[in-house]
Amino acid sequence: MTDDDPIRCDACPVLCYIKPGRTGSCDRYGNRDGKLVRLDPHVMLDRAVERGGSVVPFLERSGDWDGTLASHGETFVTAIGAGTTYPDYKPAPFIISSQVQGVDMVTVVTEGIFSYCGVKVKIDTDRHLGDECSTVRADGEAIGHVTTSEYGSQMLSLGGVRHLTGGSRHEGTATCAALLNLCNGKAVELEIDKGATVVVQAGKPPVVDGVQEERMRVGCGSAAIGMFAKQWFGKVDDVVVVDDHITGVLSEHQAGKLLGIPETGIKLKGRRSTPGRYFQVAEPGTSWGGTNIDDPLSILGKFNAKKAWPGLRLLMVSTTGEHHAYFELDKDLRPREKELPAALKESVARVKENCEPAMCTVLFMGGAGGSLRAGVTENPVRLTYSVRDAFTRVTCGGAPVYVWPGGGITFMVDVTRMPQNAFGYVPTPALVAPIEFTLKLSDYAALGGYVDQVRPLDSISSSKGNKRRVSAHGDNPWPLASEAKSK
Amino acid sequence: MKPRAQMRMLSDGRRLHLHDGPIDLIVECFGVAGEIQSAYDAACARFVSILDELCAELKALRQQCHPDSDWPEGSTARRMFAAVLPFAGEYFITPMAAVAGAVAEDILATMTDAAHLSRAYVNDGGDIAIHLSEGEKFVVGMVERPNRPSLFGTLTISSDHLSRGIATSGWRGRSFSLGIADAVTVLADRAAVADAAATIIADAVDLPEHPAIVRAPACELAPDSDLGDRLVTQAVGALTQHEIEAAIQSGVRTAERLLRIGLIRACALNLCGETRLVGVADDKSISSAMHERSLVHA
Repeated sequence: MTDDDPIRCDACPVLCYIKPGRTGSCDRYGNRDGKLVRLDPHVMLDRAVERGGSVVPFLERSGDWDGTLASHGETFVTAIGAGTTYPDYKPAPFIISSQVQGVDMVTVVTEGIFSYCGVKVKIDTDRHLGDECSTVRADGEAIGHVTTSEYGSQMLSLGGVRHLTGGSRHEGTATCAALLNLCNGKAVELEIDKGATVVVQAGKPPVVDGVQEERMRVGCGSAAIGMFAKQWFGKVDDVVVVDDHITGVLSEHQAGKLLGIPETGIKLKGRRSTPGRYFQVAEPGTSWGGTNIDDPLSILGKFNAKKAWPGLRLLMVSTTGEHHAYFELDKDLRPREKELPAALKESVARVKENCEPAMCTVLFMGGAGGSLRAGVTENPVRLTYSVRDAFTRVTCGGAPVYVWPGGGITFMVDVTRMPQNAFGYVPTPALVAPIEFTLKLSDYAALGGYVDQVRPLDSISSSKGNKRRVSAHGDNPWPLASEAKSK
Repeated sequence: MKPRAQMRMLSDGRRLHLHDGPIDLIVECFGVAGEIQSAYDAACARFVSILDELCAELKALRQQCHPDSDWPEGSTARRMFAAVLPFAGEYFITPMAAVAGAVAEDILATMTDAAHLSRAYVNDGGDIAIHLSEGEKFVVGMVERPNRPSLFGTLTISSDHLSRGIATSGWRGRSFSLGIADAVTVLADRAAVADAAATIIADAVDLPEHPAIVRAPACELAPDSDLGDRLVTQAVGALTQHEIEAAIQSGVRTAERLLRIGLIRACALNLCGETRLVGVADDKSISSAMHERSLVHA
């Protein structure tokens, strides 16, 4: 038999001949590589094989074993591949029950089409990526914007319904493609208007203008002074930690004062906030401490001759320790660069050592509105109340989510905690994401659930067809664990 | 032996779900409780054998229907044959073009024979047979693409209107189409006729030889297809507004002809977001509530 031969499906008396890659007349059975398969593989998170650090495809095991695990609540069915139902009053494709600690638990598994969704990206970098509110582009199209700077990182807000459906067709398609790739852990190149080009990939270091970011700053310039003042004391007369946001000066800083470090007559450009803390010493950029300067002396004015002295030792260092320079004042009180003394090398290395590896974090954020909830229960708002009251646990591909307080079920999830390729899309355009609701069977009945549609887990485990078993993600709490409240 | 067919009430306690192989029916009856139960019992009793009966004659049902072809045996098969026969002289058609409508019709007839019902419908994957007693009506939503949740319009059918069958056909649906219509929805007196007519009209919405349309011989995709080596639509690329207009117009001409000879009552044609209605202006009982589609968000 060649690969192109049709196979005969014996699932019903129609006995369709099905060619490879096609389905029979029912659309439920298909020929994949010469094998008759049920469509839509189900991803099962397997608690038995956890602590692997990441999610990996799980080897086939015997059918008996499946059943045993299932009855011990060790297998959790995620929504990936569950399919969606329309119209929405039809029950969600899979409503699974399993016994956990003697209590019947129900997991309602569905894949939602999320038009109201996007990703929040946190990029660990000191470099200036772009002004707040600047447009972020993928494939030339506006897909989001730069939002706040956080401690050692820059946040981007990408996607959302306005970019997905409010703009041109191409804008929507480009947004959808970028979100899909980011959520599925792929690298995406983003261009920021009047800013940097950055390659973002969940769990990987960002690449800013072609340079891979290594380290995340230990703190702002002022914080670095506070952290390392004691280590510098006695080895150097003054230290400037260069930072686009808050540049710190040891001799003026509270930490220096407490150690009795004398004034050095140093003069910084920029705006003084409080003693030893300066704003706007330079323009934002991708060099020293997220500024645009290559020469650190450019942020200094002339030393005050009444206070400074020839031979004064000055260390200038960036917030990540990546840039540093050592100077001594000559007889005219002009800084002359010298080799970094061994005693200071250690402190610069310490700054670096205290910087964590720079990383991109991608959180998917979506809202489960009325129609998706209707697939779970006939009384959708009760599901919202149940989630809010913590009777129902929401997971996304088995990963824990943060559910925003307030109306609706708006949640965020770290995509690196989800199984691979958990996301899909529809050409609307919108993202398709898995979502699971887990609760006690009795509570499910109480909120108007489709109790007659509930299938025992064993029937999924043992049913013909495609399931993808993956080990549970080591950092995730087990979705069926008993911390959910009970009534 | 456990019966292959699945027959159960849906969780709303009102609708009956019947499933067997490629047949998937949603059934709902309205009336006195006891009558509804009798109707559902009768529907289930009929349903268990319907797929086996069809499969027994499947080979013949996949052959082109000619005006002088032999009639099949089974009751559903005969409904299929009767529905496609009026088209047989002029078009290529096999009884399979009416299978969904005929199954719906058969189950509906079984129920209305067994019980007194004020209203009832049997929905066979979008091909719907309806029953209306005096003064009753149904509102039906129309969907352009099966994989999209949006309605592109609604139809209201009241008891003084003669249509009792609704069917939709298009290349995006479960069956192959020779044309490029996203959806052609037809109202006819009977569901099986609506099913056959929707197929014929959807086939007519076409731009022959257009390079943006990807076609493949049906038998290469499904070796046992009743369409043999006829080219069926696999993808439709970008079309100009003018081309969309021309393709729809071709379908409209076919629909108007079928309307004139009384085979259909009304028709809505949809291609690339453009919609045309045929027969709706004459028929006040059908609302023309075509509206911009609105997405249903998760």
